[in-house]
Amino acid sequence: MTHWIITPIVLPAMMAAFNVLVLRHHPVLKQVFSLGSMIALMGIAAGLYLGASDGTMTLYQLGDWAAPFGIVLVADRLSTLFVLLTAVLAVLVLLYAIGSGWDRRGRHFHALYQFQVMGIMGAFLTGDAFNLFVFFEVLLIASYGLMIHSGGTERFRVGVQYVVFNLLGSTLFLFALGTIYAETGTLNMADLAQRIAALPTDHTAGLRVGAVLLLMVFAIKAAILPLHFWLPSAYATAPAPVAALFAIMTKVGAYAIIRFFTLVFPPDLTITQGLFDTWLLPAALLTLALGMIGVLASRQLDRLVAFSVIGSMGMLMAAVAVFTQAGITAALYYALNSTFATAALFLIVDIVRDRRASKDVALTAAPPIAGGALIAGMFFAAAIAMTGLPPLSGFVGKLMILQATFDSSLVWWVWAIVLGSSLVAVVGFSRAGSTLFWKSHAIEGDPDCADDPEDTQAEHERHDPSEDVPVLPVVAIGGLLACLVAITVFAGPIQRQLSATADQLFDTAPYISLVLDTPGRAIKESHHDEAPAHGADDAAEDEHSEPAAVGQEEH
Amino acid sequence: MEFLVASSIGVLTVAGVYLVLRLRTFPVIIGTSLLSYAVNVFLFATGRLVVNRPPILSDDALSYTDPLPQALVLTAIVISFGMTAVVVMIALGAYLSSDDDHVDDQPEGLAAHDKGEGGA
Repeated sequence: MTHWIITPIVLPAMMAAFNVLVLRHHPVLKQVFSLGSMIALMGIAAGLYLGASDGTMTLYQLGDWAAPFGIVLVADRLSTLFVLLTAVLAVLVLLYAIGSGWDRRGRHFHALYQFQVMGIMGAFLTGDAFNLFVFFEVLLIASYGLMIHSGGTERFRVGVQYVVFNLLGSTLFLFALGTIYAETGTLNMADLAQRIAALPTDHTAGLRVGAVLLLMVFAIKAAILPLHFWLPSAYATAPAPVAALFAIMTKVGAYAIIRFFTLVFPPDLTITQGLFDTWLLPAALLTLALGMIGVLASRQLDRLVAFSVIGSMGMLMAAVAVFTQAGITAALYYALNSTFATAALFLIVDIVRDRRASKDVALTAAPPIAGGALIAGMFFAAAIAMTGLPPLSGFVGKLMILQATFDSSLVWWVWAIVLGSSLVAVVGFSRAGSTLFWKSHAIEGDPDCADDPEDTQAEHERHDPSEDVPVLPVVAIGGLLACLVAITVFAGPIQRQLSATADQLFDTAPYISLVLDTPGRAIKESHHDEAPAHGADDAAEDEHSEPAAVGQEEH
Repeated sequence: MEFLVASSIGVLTVAGVYLVLRLRTFPVIIGTSLLSYAVNVFLFATGRLVVNRPPILSDDALSYTDPLPQALVLTAIVISFGMTAVVVMIALGAYLSSDDDHVDDQPEGLAAHDKGEGGA
């Protein structure tokens, strides 16, 4: 049994504690260790990905307890893909945070960053529904800290909204898990899949409720239409590196939907009849439309980018919602593209904000900023990827989505909204870009910078923009753009890999047998023969009372 | 007993949702706490309601209560406790720095102030 699978969780956790306890007075060492741990993590993630890329799935039993009772981590193609994506993103964003000085504008940035990465990695790797909840909480609580990093009135205010919204989401998650546990008597995903498939079709009322609640919870994370309200303000207000890291957070929701609704509630089940084509697909399309309209309507660059995140999640979920092999493949490819493009855009917004005299990113013409040509070029490239114009990967992804939805019953709606919203997004982004970078040349002198004297937040973040563009942030953004170029150039091989990933997702039998049939530590024989009158009459509830499962939760 | 537990979960949830919708930080925090109590009781009940039975297997026990929900509840309590502490601190920070405890949007004065920078 390889212990490498758990290192993406253990390494950041240790490093975060080390950061807080040992390095708290050594800002430079903090940066070195934080970056070192992220780079090591990228290596490990690449190793895990390569290990899983030939189709092998690896199981890790925590404490050596066997599956339905013990908690397992599973490294298959999908989870290692997202682990690798997170690790690459985390390294580049951390470079930016260090280079731009964001990490020194508040306390414990690096520790929170490590915890955030730990939660995301755990959510991708776990094979247990309740453990997924725990990792969601880990990543959320770290994100609360990061969200209000460096303080400021506006950030605190939006932080409260963000925390309350996610607290309600967590409560809903617990209700969903409780319902599912009451119906099936297990929370291990593979065990759930097996039990739900075996359930008689006329006893599924509670389970339907659980499935829909779960979909709603993940939709909150993925910011699908009626549940997207937390996103624009939160992303626009969060510190730039944090917003860039949050690019993967919406993907956690998408990942959870893909994982749960291929494995546990597959689309051919009677429980999920109509859930995707009647509800998820229209909701995704509306999300897409709303996001791109938001792009056009925004008067601030940061909100524009935040709305484009909503739009891209809508695009992604539209591909997921058809729930075919091609749809999932397209969604995964688009997820790679949108993660890198979103992160790059948020970082570019921050550079622009830093360089403007007014210290905001309102879409009004202002004098040219230092290093404008380079920044404008980077914005152009990232915007092309985000809006899905050729030649970058957004175009490829969109093409795959259009192709994948061809057999859907709503194909005309999908095509109309995908193409129409792309046009809207192109208009929105090009208007923003030309206002920020071109119109500025037509202005001479200093316009009135409507800078409020009492705005402590802008004051706090003010520092002298040097004439030349700093190296590390540009390297970070350049790295993200290089990733975009790489997934465009290697679109063929990547697409084949993702297609194999989708195949693996729809073929659930190996996953289930790997998780459930791998023996773990033996439990004493004498305890096995009791399942007498159990208070209630649930047939599904039989042997889940082993104390073995208890000690395994990670608090 | 089932009716009592079910209705108490219902009442807690209703009260929690109502308080969350009040949109001032204090009621909202109380509301989320009530909701987390509701979900804790709910989780407890997912293992079926049994009275006076041990949660551990032993050779002489005639029946037992499901211990897994208790472990889940314990985790959920720890998490919701920590989350409540976090939200209290952030809400305090927001209140002290803006002198306003609205969760949703600013009242007129602040809204006008923020219009310049196009706040939420």
